[in-house]
Amino acid sequence: MVEYSKYNGQEYMIDIDDVTVRFNMASEIVDNLKEYFIKLVKHQLMFQEFLAVKDFSLKIKPGEAWGFVGTNGAGKSTMLKLISGILEPYKGKVTVNGTIAPLIELGAGFDMNLTARENIYLNGTLLGHSRKFMDEHFDEIVDFAELWDFLDVPIKNYSSGMQARIAFAIATMVRPDILIVDEVLAVGDFKFQEKCHQRMREMLDGGTTLLLVSHNIDDIKKLCDHAAWIDHGNLVAAGNAEDICNRYVSEV
Amino acid sequence: MKIFREIYEYRDLVKELVSKDLKLKYRRSFLGYVWSILNPLGIMLVMVIVFSNMFRWDIKYYPVYLIIGQTMFNYMNQATSHSMYSILDNASLLKKIYIPKYIFTFSKVTSDLMDFMFSMGAILLVMIVTRVPFSLHLFWVPVVAFELYLFVLGLGLFLAQASVFFRDIQYIYGVILTAWTYLTPIFYPESMLPEWLHFLVVRFNPMFFYVKQMRQCIIEQANPDPKLILAGFGCGALFILVGGLFFKRNQGKFILYI
Repeated sequence: MVEYSKYNGQEYMIDIDDVTVRFNMASEIVDNLKEYFIKLVKHQLMFQEFLAVKDFSLKIKPGEAWGFVGTNGAGKSTMLKLISGILEPYKGKVTVNGTIAPLIELGAGFDMNLTARENIYLNGTLLGHSRKFMDEHFDEIVDFAELWDFLDVPIKNYSSGMQARIAFAIATMVRPDILIVDEVLAVGDFKFQEKCHQRMREMLDGGTTLLLVSHNIDDIKKLCDHAAWIDHGNLVAAGNAEDICNRYVSEV
Repeated sequence: MKIFREIYEYRDLVKELVSKDLKLKYRRSFLGYVWSILNPLGIMLVMVIVFSNMFRWDIKYYPVYLIIGQTMFNYMNQATSHSMYSILDNASLLKKIYIPKYIFTFSKVTSDLMDFMFSMGAILLVMIVTRVPFSLHLFWVPVVAFELYLFVLGLGLFLAQASVFFRDIQYIYGVILTAWTYLTPIFYPESMLPEWLHFLVVRFNPMFFYVKQMRQCIIEQANPDPKLILAGFGCGALFILVGGLFFKRNQGKFILYI
């Protein structure tokens, strides 16, 4: 179960309580009728389960900045999807008290055939903003992304770094209660990464809770005060960012 | 009720998605939206030439008869086919961000409705050229269009969720559509059907309910048959209910299959 409510003084921003996420193994996906009937006849429809996250509990207070570390496929992104309501837990409960701005994966919210201008509106409304609100903040977004010259070019002609700039600018246009950043900044150039870090720090100072997934340990040390180490869907350790990161680097 | 509030909340997104579809459809084409009118006109012209020389049906205002059936059926065909892919095509997005999933199906059916409305311009043109008298009964046109919209939305929701789990549906549906085209009196009069088929088509083909009503108010300048109005709304409501329930029940599992 995932529960959402507005933030008004609760102790925890996000409360993940003993959560398990179950996947059907991708290789076993039955998506055509022939296989469905064959499996039905052979009594193999029971799917092979895979637990992406197991009995996971984590409590995050308002204003904290959490970095998630772990190897590829450890379950970091699954955690973030759980928090943003994309995945439903199989067992357990997630409570989120506040608004979420997910910084979605590159290009996911963009239509490659539309121009940058059109995409900014599309992406903004996808995040739940109104058209009017986007009109008001349009210049601000373009200023931050530094893309004035290419606004009417279809976005398929943009480099991934330029797309990331726009995506980041839109996601951080308002100060959300919770900002989720899932390793999208790696493609930006050095100067833009600096600018993003700057913006994230400003938001943290303003009271935003940050959830950051990154394979760049230095970024996590720089931006986060807490860290959680996830391995094979289990929480290995959680606590002070510096300590956890050092342990993670020395043990993996 | 919750669903209406949600659609209202996401109205700007729906608008963006609809305008995106319309913009992209004719981007880089010279005549743009005019194609929405020219296309049905061209097809109608070909069919009129073919059928009035091949068969000698005695149908009053045959070009209008034809273009009504053809544009309405075409709307159903386009909108349901697009809905079928509405979830699968947006898979990458649905994996990254929470949005009510039916929004995508809803906006597809709606953007095709816009296109259908443009095509109404073609019907109007043909009416003028063939001198079909205009009457107050034309006020029924939007009512019938609304009935059709409900039906298409319901069917679209059903297909959208079904094709997530069974991709075969896409191929099976193509065959069904072909059969459906011929079982709907689009270019022939319904009286031409053999008795047993006539019985089935008149009672169980939803497209017949809608096309017939539209012809009654445009060509015959009469009120649509009350029974057909009832059947049209009933069928629309039924499909919305069934499609909506299936969609609601299965949407939580989409993410595991897309």
